[in-house]
Order: sequence, then structure tokens, then C-alpha cells
Amino acid sequence: MSELTRRRLMTALPIIGAGALGVGFWKMLGGMGSGNFDPHAVNAPILNRPVPDFSLPGLPGMGDGFGSDTLKALTQPVLLNFFASWCIPCVAEMPELREIGKRIPIWGIAYKDKPEDSVRFVQRDGSPYQRVASDRSGLTAIDWGVTGVPESFLILPGGRIAWHGTAALSMDTLHTEIQPRLSAAEAGK
Amino acid sequence: MKRAPALALGLVLIATPAFAVDDPSEMLPNKQQEQRAEAIGAQLRCLVCQNESIEDSSADLARDLRHVVREHVARGESDRQIMAWMTARYGEFVRLKPRLSVGTVMLWAMPVLALLAGLAAAATMLRRRHEAPPLSEEERRRVAELSNATGQD
Amino acid sequence: MFGPEEGHYALALACILALAQFILPLRGAAKHDRRLLMLAPLLAVSQLIALALSFFCLVWSATHDDFSVQNVAANSAIAKPLLYKITGTWGNHEGSILLWALILGICGAAVAAFGRNLPAILRARVLAVLGGVSAGFQLFCLTTSDPFARVWPAPPDGQGMNPLLQDPGLAFHPPILYTGYVGFAVPFAFAVAALLEGRVDAAWGRWVRPWAVAAWCFLTCGIALGSWWSYYVLGWGGYWFWDPVENASLIPWLTGTALVHSAIVVEKREALKIWTVLLAIATFSFSLSGTFLVRSGILNSVHAFANDPARGIFILGLLALVIGGSLLLFAWRAPSLVAGGMFAPVSREGSLVLNNILLCSICAVVVTGTMYPPFMQLLFGRTISVGKPFFDATTIPLTLPLLGAMAVGTLLPWKRARLSPVLRRLRWGAMAAVVALGIACWSLSGILPILCAVGAVWVIGGSLTDLAGRLGLSHGFSHAWARARSLPRSAFGAAIAHIGVGITVLGLTGMSQAQHAIVEVHVGQTESLAGYEWTLLGVHEEDGPNYHAMIADISVRRHGKLVTVMHPSKRDFAAQHQNTTEVSIRTNLISDIYGVIGDRHGTGANATYVLRLHYNPLAPWMWLGGLIMAIGGGLSLSDRRLRVGAPKRAAQNEEVVAS
Repeated sequence: MSELTRRRLMTALPIIGAGALGVGFWKMLGGMGSGNFDPHAVNAPILNRPVPDFSLPGLPGMGDGFGSDTLKALTQPVLLNFFASWCIPCVAEMPELREIGKRIPIWGIAYKDKPEDSVRFVQRDGSPYQRVASDRSGLTAIDWGVTGVPESFLILPGGRIAWHGTAALSMDTLHTEIQPRLSAAEAGK
Repeated sequence: MKRAPALALGLVLIATPAFAVDDPSEMLPNKQQEQRAEAIGAQLRCLVCQNESIEDSSADLARDLRHVVREHVARGESDRQIMAWMTARYGEFVRLKPRLSVGTVMLWAMPVLALLAGLAAAATMLRRRHEAPPLSEEERRRVAELSNATGQD
Repeated sequence: MFGPEEGHYALALACILALAQFILPLRGAAKHDRRLLMLAPLLAVSQLIALALSFFCLVWSATHDDFSVQNVAANSAIAKPLLYKITGTWGNHEGSILLWALILGICGAAVAAFGRNLPAILRARVLAVLGGVSAGFQLFCLTTSDPFARVWPAPPDGQGMNPLLQDPGLAFHPPILYTGYVGFAVPFAFAVAALLEGRVDAAWGRWVRPWAVAAWCFLTCGIALGSWWSYYVLGWGGYWFWDPVENASLIPWLTGTALVHSAIVVEKREALKIWTVLLAIATFSFSLSGTFLVRSGILNSVHAFANDPARGIFILGLLALVIGGSLLLFAWRAPSLVAGGMFAPVSREGSLVLNNILLCSICAVVVTGTMYPPFMQLLFGRTISVGKPFFDATTIPLTLPLLGAMAVGTLLPWKRARLSPVLRRLRWGAMAAVVALGIACWSLSGILPILCAVGAVWVIGGSLTDLAGRLGLSHGFSHAWARARSLPRSAFGAAIAHIGVGITVLGLTGMSQAQHAIVEVHVGQTESLAGYEWTLLGVHEEDGPNYHAMIADISVRRHGKLVTVMHPSKRDFAAQHQNTTEVSIRTNLISDIYGVIGDRHGTGANATYVLRLHYNPLAPWMWLGGLIMAIGGGLSLSDRRLRVGAPKRAAQNEEVVAS
């Protein structure tokens, strides 16, 4: 290789590097715009694993709580939703939850919330939940890898976690993310 | 909390004001254990704030995680066990110091790579400098002239 | 008179002037048209005037509580103190971009004013490049971040400002930091101009260096100030979090430091020319991309900015033009630049090459660590975190050889040197380092802190040896005094800056040994920490202009003798639903004692208070060292020979005294 060619190669390295970075940023910005790329996302390692062990009490006047055994004994898929009365997006999520609840049963876990507040919150406009439990200490949520509320999990029969959503649930999420996974699970059976 | 709508922010907004461990009752009575818990906590990322360790953060979840870490320390678990426990729940994201893996090879190799690249570049530069640079057209003509003038006799 | 429309108009005018400043001189340089070349300084100065007017209009709107201006309504309030009304104009995205553009305008005008001795074509090209960058910024301001946008109906009062930002330290932090970032636009412009011209020589190195040193001084001060701010405002005793926003300032500082050093080699030895051009481009590129990437939302940061994808796209386009354009030019023209002279590995220039390698390696590590998480996410779909533990583990081992080489490098002569006489001269420094090793082993815990302390003492020892040698101290003090007055000031600059580095490293080492305690106490109760007895004397409440404060009185005694009474407080800003803690710090310049008051539990006589007490050995040295570094830079800048614009091309053969 001649001296000049070598120098040309060396001096082209910075622009090649910068170009690669630039393309990366372009993709990231594009992905952030379309929602495919979230630099703040936390990957949940819990996906495709069985539900973690737990056992939680119910809310006063709203039946018994539930635990991992209950979830593992299920024969149909369930959406598990972590919520709290102090969480504003949870309030916004409620009407959608009631709609979704007509298609697939939703079980709720109140996260770091006073039981009486949770009861008032859930019963205000009719509960979307089939069963509700209370995680006062927030320690069960840690086992699930929950970082905030609302967060939801799709649990398949037998207690396998097939999907994890960290945004408020909506009919849109149901169609685009949850339904495909349900059908895939059906097909795989 | 995290899912709350983003506020219109100024130039810089520090997500969490002061005070990480704001309740002394959180601390372990055993001083050595507390120091270990702090060292572990400094390696764990607060998941709802950005780039802070759970020891530095005043977020609710960070407080819970600090509590969990201290429980595990008091139970006599090793650092490795506690880190594994956290990673099982929150993934690699929770470690402020990523583990060496196929994906993070470049990250960990960078200090050595950069140093080697720099030294190699300097070495080639030095080696080349020692070789005499090739003569230019004019120099060659001049050499030819000189040898013509002196070398003929 | 100075309404937002006038400001907007002035900004648009400045943008047109900047575009003219970009195009006309380049054309003039291509056609050798003297009139067009002479236009460049004129345009630079008029652009600055228009920009200054525009900025003044924004300040005017803020100080006159014109809440019909959206920016003022969102960031100011009637009750806000006047100082923060003024400084608040750059405490938000739009205003900070305008400030950025203003500083760039000042840089351009400075080149126009001080660059009279530059060849006309070079000066015109430098100004043209600066004009181009300016125009990009102003377009960004006008199109996606208009600080003068009106809001209708105008609210009766503004939303106020984050109370954490209402702090004198932070108020003046952005201008200093931005001057550092933007200042590197001048070396960048010189680099691009040199590539256009196809020539880099010793004179070029001389012209570039003062600008680089000036920008470096500001950046050093800016980083130190920012770190000091987080130390005393955030109240958890930390000072550096390896946050992307902080890394964004550290990265150009590292390459800028490398640039300041490699420019010396260009000037004295005509070597490292292509490398120096690349460093000049890289430093400004990092300044630009760092500050903008943190605004795009790609990087996870404690410091949040308002994110807007449209802005992100514009920023990326601007970066592509400025960085991509200059690097393309580099790839095209640099191979044809005449390579530099030869040198030996053991020599001053050899040591400067080593300095560059180490600084750039540290920089590569910081860049990689900062950018790895988003790229990992993009390429592998996995999220990871890279935080303080990683950076501490990787950068400190690279810093140690840097410290080791620093002391030797300044004592080596140019061209070809032998190591043994230099090492002999360093025997006092070495002895100090050995003593430091003993003290460190006895008092510090951890192997890295010990090595850092030894390295720092070695650097300070080496720099003092250097100073003593220059002054001829061995011939007595009167002789030294006479020499001190006759020697060029730049002779001391480097040694003093290096002493600053050593002091900062000692400060960082000291901080690694900091102690703290979190206690819950009654009034009258005493706790002991680090050999001090801390007593909570009492707590009272007070109303401030826009907050309610709880103030503690804590006496600190050592061996029964009163050291100080501290008054940390906690402020509740009801309007913003926000609390701030006002830390109380007492320093004796060797160590800080640092107290914070937290929550109150219970009421009346049974109330207990959470206190956070810190003992931070050598903490003030971290910033003191930064200040000394900047003073060292300023000293060499004030030297007549180095003064901006002073050198002429003819000066390149001048034999340099005392170097």
C-alpha cells in the first residue's frame, strides 16, 4: 500500500466513524418518533418465565386476595394489572380497562396503596377487575420487576408470563400486542 | 411517578432533590454490614430516575430496593447473590457496571483498544520518521547534477 | 422599543448577516477578491450587534414581566428576584440556544478584532466558517426554538422557575460553560480554514493555541463550577455522577486538553499537524454533539430537557452539516498536507504524544461508556446501564500513567533528550511521592486512592521542580525574583496548570475517603462523626420571599472546642410544590464539614429531625485545582508572545526562550 493510500484510509476513518454514529442517531430518533425505540425502557427478564412466588391479601370487602398458586392453576389467560389510587395515568386507564375486561379477565394488584383508598378507587365507576389483591409494601411488585404503575402482564394458562406492558393499557394495545400473543399461544398448544 | 405525564421542564431539572437515605431507621445497626449494603447499593441503578444509584436516589422504589438490599445483607448473602437477585428481577439494566458479555465486549475492551491504537499509531509514525523520506523530483535532479559535477573524474 | 418582535427581527437579521459572513468571504478567498475578504470582519461585528440586540430584547421581556412571551411565561414570575429574571433567560432551552448563538457571535467578532495580524485570506476563511456555524444555530433558533414566540391570552403571572435553579452558582454556570464549548469553534474554524488552504505550519499552531487555551480555561471553570454546584445544591455530598450531561462537558475538555498540548508541538516542531487539525475538529464536534444529544432524549440523564423530535431531526441535520462537512473536508484534504518533522520518543514532543494518546484513550472510554446503552438498545434490543462504577474502574487506571508522565514531560528538552538527567532533577519530586506513599498507605483505604495521591504529589513535585529550574532557585532568591520578572509568563503557565491538576486529583482522592452519617436526633442531642461532635442546638422556621424555611442550628465541636455553628435549612416552595435543601458547608480549605437537615418527625418537644452529616477531606481542593488550572491557562494566555493575533508568520523561526 502506498503512503498516500494509507494516509487516505487513515483520514477517512473519522468521517466513517462519525457517519456510523450519525446513522445510529437517525434510527434512534426515528424509532423514538414511531415508538419502536425507547431509550428509557427496562427489559423485563420475567418474560416467558413462570410467575414469581407470592401471596397477597385481598382488599376489604372485595373478596380474597390471590397468589402465585392461584395464577398457576388458571385454565384461561389473564391480564394482571398493577395500579394505585395515587397514580394519575391509572385513573386515565380505568375506562379502557373496563372495555378490555369484557374481552379478557383482568386481575389487579394495588401497589403501595392504602387498602381503603384502593377500594374507593376501584369501585368508583365499577371495578374492571375480576379479583384484586393488595401489595402494600411493594415488595411483590419488585419480584415482578415492576418499576412504576400502571404496569401489566399477560399470564397464560399454567402461569407463564407472555407479555409485559409498561404503559397504560388501551384497546389499541390489546389489538396490537396482546391479541397476537394470545393467538400465538393458542396455535402453539 | 414514572408514568406521570412529562412536565414542561427548564434547562435542567434534577429529578430528585437531595436526600437519598432519608430515614436512619433504614440503616443496618451493624456498621460493617451497612457499609457493604451501601457499596452494593452504589452498584445498582435506580430504575425510575436516570443514572443514579439507589443509594443516591430519593425515589420510592429506590428506597424499597435499599431496604431489600439491607435485608439480604443482614441475612448473610454474598454480594454476588444479591446482584443476581436484582438482575433476575430487573435485568442487566439494574447494574451500573455491566457484566462482560458478547454485547459488552467492546465497552470493556475500549480502554485497552484505544491505548493500543494510540501507541501503534505513534510507533508507525516514529518508525517512518527514521527512514529517510524519498527524494523529491527536484532533489533527485540536484543529486544528479552534483554527481555529474564530482563523479566524472 | 425592545419587545419580542424587535428581538425576533434582530435575530433574523443576524441570521442573514451570518449567512453573508459564510458565503461572501469564501467566495472572496476563492476569487482573491480583496473587497469580499475585507467584508468578513465587518459582517462578523454587525452580526454580533444584531445578536446582542436580540438577546437584550429577551432579557428586556423577562425583566419587564412580559408574560405574553411564552418563554417568559413558562420560566419567570413576578415574584422572582431580578437577578434570576435576567439569568433565567438562559435557564431554558430556547434562551440557552440564543445565548449559545450570542457567544458564537462574540467569538467571531473577537477573531475579527484580534486577528488583524492574520493573513487576510486565512482570517476571511476562519470568519466564514464561524459565520456558517452561527447561521445554523440562528436558523435552529428561528425555526424550532423561537424564544420570542407569543402566547395568547397572556397569563397574569408566569409559572416561575425551578427553585433548584435559583442559585447564583447556577445562574452564571451556563455562560461560562457555553463560552468553553463555543470557544472551541475558533480552533475548529482555523482547522477548516487550514484544510481549505491546504497548509498547516508552525504559525498556524501559534494562531490556534491562544484560542484553544482561552476556550479550555472557560471549559475548565465551567466544569468545576457545575460540579461545585451539584456539591452544594443537591445536598447528598456528591460532586460528579458520570451523568451524560456531565460527560458531555468532560469529553470536549479531554480532547481540548489534548489539543492545547498538540498545538505546542505544531508550533515548536512542525509535527503532529494533521492530528492537531483533527483534534480541533473533534473538540468542537464533541462540544456540539454532546450538548445537543442530551437535548434529544436519546441519552438517559438526571438533567432532563424538554424533548421534541422535530428539534432532534434539525439538530441531527445541523450536526451532519458541521461535523460531517468538516470531517469530509478532512478526509479529502488532509492526506495532501505536508507531513511534519521527525522526532525521538524520549523528548518533549514524545511526551506530548504520550499525553495525547492517554487523554484520547480516556476520552474514547467516556464516549463509549456514554453512548453504549442507546446503541446496545438499537443493535441488540437490550438495555444496559453504564454508570459511575464502570467509569471509575476504567478511567482511573488510564489517568495514573498520565500523572506519571506529566511530571517528566515538562522537564524534557525538545528534539532529543536523555531520561537520566531529568529523573535526577526529579529526585525531590520522587522523594515527596515516596513520603506521600507512606502517608497514603497509612491514611487511605483502597489501592486506587493511594496511587492517585502518589501520582498527584509526583505531578506537583515535578511542576515545582520545573518552576524552580526556570527561576534558577539554586542561585538564590534575589536571582530568582529577577528571573521571574523577566521570564515570559507562559513559562509558568504550564507548571501552574499542572499543579492545579495535581491539587484536583488530591481533592478527588480525599473525597473518596469522605465519611457521612444519617442520624435522627432531638434538639440538644449530640452525635459524633470523624472526630467532631455535632449538636443540634435548635430548629426555627422563617418565611422567605417565595418559600417557607425550616432552619437548624448545629454546633460542631472538636475536642470540646467550638469549630462552627452551621445553619442548614429546608425550603418549601409552595407554588411549585417543591422542596429544596440548603446545605450548610464550613470549610477550612483542608476539609469541609457539610450538614443537611431533612424531615421532621413528630411535633412539639418530642420532634426529631433527620440530619445528614458529612466530613469531606480535601473537598475544596477539587475546585481550587480547577481554578488553578484556569489561572495557569490564563497566565500563558496573557503572555505577550502568545497573545491572540500577535504572532506573525515571520515569527515562526524565532528561537524560543525558556522552553
